[in-house]
Amino acid sequence: MDPVTSPQTAPSTPKPQQAGQGEARATVAADAEPRLVTEGITVHYGNVVGVRDVSLTFRDKTVTALIGPSGCGKTTFLRSLNRMHDLTRGVKVSGRAVLDGTDIYANGVDPVTIRRRIGMVFQKPTPFPTMSIYDNVVAGLKLVGIRDRALLDEVAERSLRQAALWDEVKDRLKAPAAGISGGQQQRLSIARALAVEAEVLLMDEPTSSLDPQSTMRIEELIQELKDTVTIIIVTHNMQQAARVSDYTAFFYEGDLIEVSDTNRMFTNPKEQRTNDYITGRFG
Amino acid sequence: MAVTAPAAPGTLGRLATVTPENLRRRYRRDRLMIGLLVVATTVVLVPLLIIVWYVVSNGISAVLTADFYTQDLGSPARALQGRPTGLGHTILGTMVVDGLALLIAVPIGVGAGIMLSEYPDHPLNPVLRILNDTLNGMPAILKGLLAFSLIVKPMGTFSGFSGAVALAFVMLPILARATEGVLRIIPWSIREAGLALGLPRWRVVLNTVLPAARVGVVTGILIAFARAAGEAAPLLFTSFGNNFFSSTPLRYLMGPVDTLPARLYSLAISPYKEWHAMGWGAGVILLVLVIVTFVGTRIVTRARHTTDL
Ligand SMILES: Nc1ncnc2c1ncn2[C@@H]1O[C@H](COP(=O)(O)OP(=O)(O)O)[C@@H](O)[C@H]1O
Ligand SMILES: [Mg+2]
Repeated sequence: MDPVTSPQTAPSTPKPQQAGQGEARATVAADAEPRLVTEGITVHYGNVVGVRDVSLTFRDKTVTALIGPSGCGKTTFLRSLNRMHDLTRGVKVSGRAVLDGTDIYANGVDPVTIRRRIGMVFQKPTPFPTMSIYDNVVAGLKLVGIRDRALLDEVAERSLRQAALWDEVKDRLKAPAAGISGGQQQRLSIARALAVEAEVLLMDEPTSSLDPQSTMRIEELIQELKDTVTIIIVTHNMQQAARVSDYTAFFYEGDLIEVSDTNRMFTNPKEQRTNDYITGRFG
Repeated sequence: MAVTAPAAPGTLGRLATVTPENLRRRYRRDRLMIGLLVVATTVVLVPLLIIVWYVVSNGISAVLTADFYTQDLGSPARALQGRPTGLGHTILGTMVVDGLALLIAVPIGVGAGIMLSEYPDHPLNPVLRILNDTLNGMPAILKGLLAFSLIVKPMGTFSGFSGAVALAFVMLPILARATEGVLRIIPWSIREAGLALGLPRWRVVLNTVLPAARVGVVTGILIAFARAAGEAAPLLFTSFGNNFFSSTPLRYLMGPVDTLPARLYSLAISPYKEWHAMGWGAGVILLVLVIVTFVGTRIVTRARHTTDL
């Protein structure tokens, strides 16, 4: 349980907890190796800066919450982590995002390979409208040529169970995905992301369109997934950040203001602005 | 905040009041609009029905004979002497030429539409757009001339194949524009969802974006087909025309063949009233061809809601 200090650790990395100060999850986090490390990520939309010079370390098998008022750059930063900005014209990303020692923005790195390893769940549900529920879940596998029926069935059931959707759809897997409710579609999108077994999962306000019941189930899921996956979640809900994350990073007007172990962030933030935000004085 | 702030006098109040009087006025305006729409629809429909009626009433006697489908035309003497004559070879030729034109134009035209919509930053994109706009503005007769110089001249003969190429030129810009248009209205989020699964771009386009736009793409194909199927001009010096069944199947592609629009024209300007009747018959078949294609494809696209991967 000795704190491990890695040479790759960026300056903004949270300091390992002192014994006794943190709870169990903080200790787990302190043990973990860095999985994804950003170094000075800056994103420009034309002349507008979306996010500025963000250096953050995401440790293996931990949950990091990104919080901050609307428009502070959370989505922008999250999308820079799996090269989603590549597809939008006029967006320029600078800096590095190092996944297991490789900068995902280096020359010759294939964004498709990166996105297979770093999956993403969007704020709005995005089922493929013409596909059945089943085909949606296994789309990431089937469309790269995996045809083993037994395997696909198994993955579909496991992913749907994890996303708390199995019981509701198990009798109509062949029905069109467009025909289920918005909340179910969002859980379907989550199941689809889980099916490809990414190592890092980016979630952009994944529960903002869900009812409390599904939200709770997704939060449980995040806890379960932590055994295998590194999760970065954007959330507007402070309680959610407190419940699910090991680390919390606070963004404000495109800057990373503060990052720290979640317990400390919510009990004893270093920055006044962080304190103002989490106590609900703005945002 | 809005709750505690006093409403500005006159704004909130006026908007909130619905008196029986202004409700009645709204209903009146509603009925007026519906009335106008009915009139507008009628103005469009009536001439269409008149055309259909006129063609059908003049052509019905010709198309109700078996000879019309089983015989070829031959010389005017056949019709004048009451010997068996028909447009079997024309119908066959039309199917060959139009079918081949579709086979050529659909992959290229839909592909061009995909290129225009999905790869806007590709260096070839502006070239393709100019090419497409040029083709779109080009008169049909010039497309025939283009196919003539590209195919008829080198081959040394009029042919169904060259006719199909000329019609493909008619279809291409319609297909490309229609496809581009429908792909553009597919939400961007679907593409991002596919890419976030680690799928390559072309996979995302082919298996998620295109199926979502399926009905629109099929409609574009229909419109292109209907447009091309009625064109006579591009076929005048490509497929040329023929009064007889071809001797071998290959000759429908490699030799001159008859097509309905071109034959309709030549029958109509002929001096024989027997041939005029057959010309109306050709018109009926053209109408039926277009209507059946539309209705049939509508049914097909509506029946299947989900696609298999
Ligand atoms: N596509 C875009 N074009 C231009 N500016 C954008 C675009 N997307 C986001 N921005 C700007 O970047 C900033 C950060 O936005 P975003 O990352 O969406 O914030 P958040 O997710 O924290 O609400 C905002 O000022 C926003 O206006
Ligand atoms: Mg956002």
